Amino acid sequence: MVEVVVFILAAVVCVVGALGVVLARNPVHAALMLVMTLFGIAVLFVAQEAHFLAVVQVIVYAGAIVVLILFVIMLLGVDEARELQLRALPAQLPAALVFAAVSLGVLVTVVVSVDDPATGLPGLGGAIDDSVPNVEQLAISLFGDYVYAFELTSVLLVIAVVSAVVLARRPSRQERAQLEALRAEDLAAAEAERAEEQSGYDQPDDDQPGDDRTGDERTVDDEQVRR
Amino acid sequence: MEVTANWYLVLGAVIFVIGAVGLLLRRNPLVMLMCVELMLNGVNLTFVTFSRELGDIAGQTVVFFVLVVAAAEVVVGLGLIVAILRRRPGATADDLNMLRG
Repeated sequence: MVEVVVFILAAVVCVVGALGVVLARNPVHAALMLVMTLFGIAVLFVAQEAHFLAVVQVIVYAGAIVVLILFVIMLLGVDEARELQLRALPAQLPAALVFAAVSLGVLVTVVVSVDDPATGLPGLGGAIDDSVPNVEQLAISLFGDYVYAFELTSVLLVIAVVSAVVLARRPSRQERAQLEALRAEDLAAAEAERAEEQSGYDQPDDDQPGDDRTGDERTVDDEQVRR
Repeated sequence: MEVTANWYLVLGAVIFVIGAVGLLLRRNPLVMLMCVELMLNGVNLTFVTFSRELGDIAGQTVVFFVLVVAAAEVVVGLGLIVAILRRRPGATADDLNMLRG
């Protein structure tokens, strides 16, 4: 009975958090909702006796990844990161809902229609032995059978670190000049596009060449009108 | 009433699909990244469930690797987002159309 209560509570927390990530307007709220889902998943890991993964889930996901995401949101400014209210693709919402219904229907049908969803053979090498602690078993598997994969993850992490440094470093003077040129090109292109799209409409009265966002919003509004 | 593996599998599917729909609907690159995390977590839950069901610790090892890949993905993804938003403030996924035909 306790198991059922724990599962239902954690499942509700997970699903509410997941819906919150998708529906929240403000990205900060979305990130906090993501933390909620991650904690719910950690509880379910504990319920399935994957204790080490539950701890790692809280430390790495909630403690590092979400903090990193929140840090970037704060760095860029919440207003900058807030989504513009655009609906550029008219069929996007219905198409996404159809996709959701179909994929969820298929997955749930497959799971529910068979008595025992686990069709594979029980594990031979790394069989779970309840007398040995979970961490110890995971360590034997990770540093025994999967030691080459483990070494490869270190290569992956090094690549990620190097790429993050390359992406985030301050551009040199020459690159900054290039960036400025590209940005001016972007603005000019947006301007031209706007002028083209608005040739049949009223001329904008608050047309500021330096303001990128109003330009984008207006472009989208016009697309909506045209459709 | 007893909690069976099916409950966990259905919950994993629900979280995965919610993440996928969010990825399709949202334009903010940061929120899209969070939706990818949701999908990864749905799959992780499924892996742990099968690990328990089949009595094979390898499922949990795979989840460990998924966590590492997710961390690397977030680092690179956030680096890209910062680089893009530095060039074009307020850009959404729809604005990144330099490769359009």
